[in-house]
Formats: sequence, structure tokens, C-alpha cells
Amino acid sequence: MEQAIATYKEEAGELLAELETSLLELEETPEDNDLINRVFRAMHTIKGSGAMFGFDEIATFTHEVETVFDMVRNGKMTVTKRLLDLTLKSRDHIAYLLGCPIGEEVDRSPGDEIISGLRQLVPQLEMPQKGSTEVPAINLPGLSEEELSNECTWRIRFRPLPNILICGTNPISLINELRELGTAHVVAQFDEIPQIDELVAENCYIYWDIILTTSRGEDAIKDVFIFVEDDCDIKIELIDKSGLIDRDEGYKKLGDILVERGDLSPVEMQKVLMLQKRFGELLVEQGIVSPEKVQSALVEQQHVKGVRKERGEAPQAEAAASIRVPAERLDQLINLVGEMVTVQAHLTQVSMAGGDPTFIAISEEVERLTNELRDTALNIRMLPIGSTFSKFKRLVRDLSSELGKEIDMETFGGDTELDKTVIEKLNDPLVHIIRNSIDHGIEMPEARKAAGKPSNGTVYLGAEHSGDSVLITIRDNGGGLDRDTIRAKAIEKGLISATAEISDREIYAQIFAPGFSTAAKVTSVSGRGVGMDVVKRGIDGLRGSISVDSVRGTGTTITLKIPLTLAIIDSLLVKIGKDHFVLPLAAIEECVELTREDIKNSHGRNLANVRGVIIPYIPLRQHFLITDQRPEIEQIVIADIHGTKVGFVVDHVVGEHQTVIKSLGKMYRDVRGVSGATILGDGTVALILDMGVLLQSVEELENAGV
Amino acid sequence: MSVAGITETVQYLTFKLADEIFALDVAKVREILEITNITKVPQTPDFMRGVINLRGSVVPVIDMRLKFGMSATEQTVNTCIIVVEVNMDGDTTILGALADSVQEVVEMEPESIEAAPHIGARLNTDFIKGMGKVDSRFVMILDIDKVFSSNELADLGQGSQSSDKF
Repeated sequence: MEQAIATYKEEAGELLAELETSLLELEETPEDNDLINRVFRAMHTIKGSGAMFGFDEIATFTHEVETVFDMVRNGKMTVTKRLLDLTLKSRDHIAYLLGCPIGEEVDRSPGDEIISGLRQLVPQLEMPQKGSTEVPAINLPGLSEEELSNECTWRIRFRPLPNILICGTNPISLINELRELGTAHVVAQFDEIPQIDELVAENCYIYWDIILTTSRGEDAIKDVFIFVEDDCDIKIELIDKSGLIDRDEGYKKLGDILVERGDLSPVEMQKVLMLQKRFGELLVEQGIVSPEKVQSALVEQQHVKGVRKERGEAPQAEAAASIRVPAERLDQLINLVGEMVTVQAHLTQVSMAGGDPTFIAISEEVERLTNELRDTALNIRMLPIGSTFSKFKRLVRDLSSELGKEIDMETFGGDTELDKTVIEKLNDPLVHIIRNSIDHGIEMPEARKAAGKPSNGTVYLGAEHSGDSVLITIRDNGGGLDRDTIRAKAIEKGLISATAEISDREIYAQIFAPGFSTAAKVTSVSGRGVGMDVVKRGIDGLRGSISVDSVRGTGTTITLKIPLTLAIIDSLLVKIGKDHFVLPLAAIEECVELTREDIKNSHGRNLANVRGVIIPYIPLRQHFLITDQRPEIEQIVIADIHGTKVGFVVDHVVGEHQTVIKSLGKMYRDVRGVSGATILGDGTVALILDMGVLLQSVEELENAGV
Repeated sequence: MSVAGITETVQYLTFKLADEIFALDVAKVREILEITNITKVPQTPDFMRGVINLRGSVVPVIDMRLKFGMSATEQTVNTCIIVVEVNMDGDTTILGALADSVQEVVEMEPESIEAAPHIGARLNTDFIKGMGKVDSRFVMILDIDKVFSSNELADLGQGSQSSDKF
């Protein structure tokens, strides 16, 4: 039972998140029936299963809210801001109730307040009698069963008039719309296509037979064709309904279907049946029915059989579609895959050294499998980032009303997938950035009007893929950063020198320094200079990077570049002395040789001339105090770090390497420039270098030395 | 005479650093490994010898001789890595400790363990739980959690020459 309760809590948590998203979307499109239904369904499920697991408080409370939404659903009430406010509060209250242990006294006053608020919204006549609202015993799968039992199979013949294309209608999109209603099989009929010399290219000669299984009813199907009703011929017939037809009985014979459709008369059918060949073939041979029509009838037969079979197996099928797995088991899987990758690297090494072709072939096969396994395993942990976006919508909504600002939030790329742990760790930094945008970025409505901007500001939050990283953009159309104030403050704090010529980007980067704040006063939202420091640390922890762009008066854009996964990366394996090091491949551009001659020519300065471009380099051997003999020819690995090209000098470039990232642990947490370790094929440990931090620490050392 | 905190008869693993015998509570010891390839992490104090691969996890290795102010451990056939579980700021961390050789597992009665002398041990007495006697030889019982507390490691890190810039 305890496990069931834990599952319920987890599920309810997800439903609450969905509820919140739907409510916030509803605010933008209050007429959207789909959303209203989603809200209703979420509450219904929370209530139903809540009652089942003894969460009576939740069941009773949610029932009240649900009652109100039932009216909205039935069109007896409209969606208002007040209603959404209260429903959002109810969501919070349910979340609170969910956290309370069963059987203990809970604080009912906020709940009662919400309910009385909701009751006031209800039109007087519809006011439910208090006390008469008993919780109906609906269990969790109730809704889906209800839906399932409504599931019907329809036969639709969609025959557009030849001129439908000229009117600008695309029949394909209508069919796609039908597909979205449920399971559909579509057969196109070509028998009306005339000979080429009679053919008018603009005309549509094709018509379609569609077999659709849906729970949405005839009206939904008709709605799809609502705009083309006059331009086409539509026949919609109910052919199968669960519970209506005896399930044990097989579906109708092919001939019966064709007769029912009017494609074949009963007399003709009898005649053909006499010939006792395969019926479909015969029909075609006889030229009574075109092959397409037979094909279409066959599809119908298979479709209905399929649906019935599915219906019979529905409970199992649903269970198999997705399973809930504890996160630690996934972590374990990733660890094992990581070890597998390591062993595979070793295997490849050994097989190559042995030179036995069979052995090499096997090891290559293992390599292919391991790579697939790795990708699949990493994919399992990928989640769309959209789930966090909805949380921020709520944040923006609440904060803007608290501050008296009018702020909308727009999101894009919510379906961009990122590793689960990365998404979790992104949460805090994003909260701080968005709070900052709202508090400091977007101006008060009056100020905005005075500046000639629309009174309501907008915060954009988006995600997109870029190579092996994800770019997360937070943009506001507020006042932008004040370059001079930041510069002055940074000089005051001794972060930059007063005479330094530095780019805007570098100045903006100062806002991430701990304790840095240009706000004159500390508000409840921000101003203490803590937030952006949290952002920096959080993003560093994810091996990500931040860049800030701002135009005074127009707005600020903060871009976070986050690696897709924390577990396995592509990298370049290099050697210095006896030690191996690993450089993340994403930033690396090329490798060039560095000879003694070159070093002599640059007069001891760490600068290399690469095709006429001067590139500074960091001799890692000296930096890491590796003392043994320097080779005659070294290699410079050139990387692009935040837009600057920097070289890293190593003895020898070994090649590309699949790197399974391992943490170095607490003891090495203060080591700069090393972000982790990995295990090589031969079992030794190689360190993963963080090129950005290396560059930074060298810069600091040199600045301190001057 | 006994030491506060040691009330039960406990088994100890004894090992040698140079000629001295030290002891660790067996409960803290996970396993003993032969010495393998240790990868040095740059810009860390000398006593932090580096990291090893312990069946797929990366485990730091400490040179206890350097830690206790002796000369660095020289590799012999007997050199081994004692893998211990250390409680570091509330978390259990796995660490490897280099030892010249591992001796045996002995039982010591609380009565036979005395408090460490404040002077004369040439060691920070915080690291020592007590002094026991095995076969008429003194054995220093280490408080491994204190030896590897992160403050200790950080303090020593500052004094090391290898954290200097090149």
C-alpha cells in the first residue's frame, strides 16, 4: 500500500504540473475546449485516485473545484482571470495536501477560502448544495475506460469535387486531421482518374476511403470537413462499436462490406460467389469492382480486426507503452554502459595489435553494438525541457503581478531533449535569470509607454540544439544592461582595472561575480547580488557556458550553452610525457605541429603562426609541471573558447576517444582546469581538461605576474 | 587504562610506513590492492599521489608517508593501496592509502590501548586514536576520518610547492 501511495503522489505531482501548464495556456486561449477538458481530466484523476488511496482531503477539495470546471466544460461558465487565479491556488493547495501525511490534521482554511471564492463565481442557479456533493467512487482508470467504451469505428468515404484544389483546400491535411482523432487507415481510390488527354491538372480525381477508430464521436469527424462540406461528398457510417457487436464473432466478410458500401450489389456478389475462387481476385477479374476498392475493403477488415484485438489486450498494451523506472536504476544502466564503452576500447586496442582479421571483425561488431547501446541508454534519460518551461510561466505570472508589471512569457523549443539530470540542475539558474529579467530588465508599464514600447513586456525562453550542446536563450525586451554602471561597479569592486580596454561582453560577464549588484535597493525579488553567482556556478557545474548580450533600451539576451549529457562525451585523447589527457572535442578546431624551429622564431613568446593568424598557446607541459624531456615536435590543439582561438601544446595527439566522464570526487574539487577523469582502454586513468578554465587560470597568472 | 571512544574489542589492520607500525579499524577497510598505475592530478600537493581506476570508479590515492612528514613512498613488491571508507564532511568517500606493506589483522582489547602521548609521537596527535601494543611493539591506531578530513587536505595543500605557478 505504501508503494501505491508513493506512486500516487508521484503521479499526482505530474498531473498537477500538467494542470498548471494547461491553466496557464488556458489563460491565453480561454475558449480552447481541449484545454478545459485537460484541466478537467487532470483534476478528475487526482480526485478519483486520491479517494482510492485515502487522500480524502484531496478528493473532497478537488471535487469542489472539479464541479466548477464541469460547468465551464458544459459552457455554463466562462473562463475568467479570477477563475484561473483560484484554480492555480487550488493547484497549490492540492500540492500542499499531497505533502501532508494521511490521517493528520491539515490546514483547511486556504482550501475553504478557495472554495468559497469559486462558489461566488458560479452562477447562482447552478450553485451546488453543500453537503450533497459526495465523492463519487471513480477509480483511476475510470476515465480511460469510459473513453474506451465510447470508441467507435467509422467508415468515411471522402470524395472531394474536382475543383476542390482550386478553392485552396488541401485534402491531405484534412485526412491528417482525421488521423489525429484516432487510429485511421486510409486508402486512396484512383479509378476516377481519366486518360491523360482528358486530364485537367488542376482537378482532384482521387477520393479516399478512411476507416477510423476514435472515441470522439461523429461530430468530431464532421467538424474536420466543416469547411469543405459543400465541395465534397462525404459519407460517414458507423461500422463497429465496442459492446455493440458480439466480440467473438469475426468481422463481416469482404463481400458484405462491399455490398454495404454500395460498391457491389447482393446479386452480383452471389454470382461471383458461385465461381468459388478467391473472392477479391475474382471481383477484380470480373471488372465489377476496381482493385483499389477491394484493397480498401480488405484494409477495413484488417483494421477492425486489429482494433478488436487491441481492445481485448488494451490493459496490457497500455501498461507496456511506458513504464516507470526509478532514476537510480537508469543511472546504474548508464554506469554499466560506461564500463562497457571502456572495455570495448580495450578490446579494439588488443584486436588491432593482434592483427587477426576475424578477431578484428568481432571487435568492430562489438564496437558498433556498444555505440548503439550507449546512444539508446543515453536516450532513455532524455526528457523534453518543456516540462520546466511551464513552471517558469507560473513564476513570471506570479512575480509580474507582485511587482505590478505586465509581462508575458513566450517559449519555444519546449520539445528539445536534454539529459534528466541536466534539466534538474538547470532549474535554479533559470529561476534566477528569469527573476532578474522581470525585476531589473522589464520596466514598469508607465516607463515602457514613455519609452515608446508596448506596456506589457515579454520574456522569451527557448531551447534549441546546436551540435552536441543545447542553447537555452532567455531574452527580455526590457531596459537592457547599463554598461557604464556595471563597469563602474566592477572597477569599484576591483574586478577589472579602471584602465582596461575590455569588450562589452566581458563587462556584462561581471554581473556573474559573487555579491555583484548594481541595484540601489534590495527588493523581495532580487538585488543582493547572489542570484547571478548561483547561475554561474550552476552552469559551470554542467560544463556549460554563459554569454550575455544587451542593447540599452531594447533588452537583454542571456544564452546558456549546455552539453547534452553529463555522462559520455566525444573527445580527443592526447599525451604529455607518460600521462594521457582528454580534451572535449566540441570546441576543438584543428591540430598543428609545433617544432623547435617555430619556438625559436617566436622568441620564447607563446604565440604560433597558423596560416598567417597569430594564435596564443598554453604549453600544458609547463603548466602542469611535467618535468621529463620535451619532444622535438610537439602538437598544438587549437580550440575555440568563447570566440577566442587558443592553442594547447601537447606531446602527441593519440586520436578521438569516447570518454565516459567520472567525477574526481571531493578531494579534487578545488583543482582548476581539470573537470573530471575517464578510464582508458588499458585501465589507466586520464584526466579530462576544462580548456575554458585552463585559459582563465593562465590569464590570471599572467596578469598577476605583470 | 583505556581511551575514550574505544570500548569494545575491535579488529585492526596493521600496516607499515617506513619502520613504524600503524593500525586501522578493519570496519573502515574495503580492500587491499597491489600498487597500480597512479595518474597524478596536476597542481595538487605531493601527498595526493593521484587517482586510480578501481573497477570503473576513479579513486584518489594518498601517500600516507608524505602526509605524516616522512619521505615519499618508494615502490617495492610489498607496496600496496589500502582502500578505505572515509567519512568526509558527512559523506562516505572511498580513498586509497599507500602503505609500504600490510601486516596482519589483530584484535586489541580496549584495556590494552592507551591514549596517544602529546609529545614525542612526531605526529599530529589529532590523527591518532590511541596506542596499542602488539607483540611488545607499539602500534599507532589512526583515526582515519580525521586524517582525511577535507580541512586537513586543504590546509596541507597550501603549503605544497607544486601549487606554485610555473
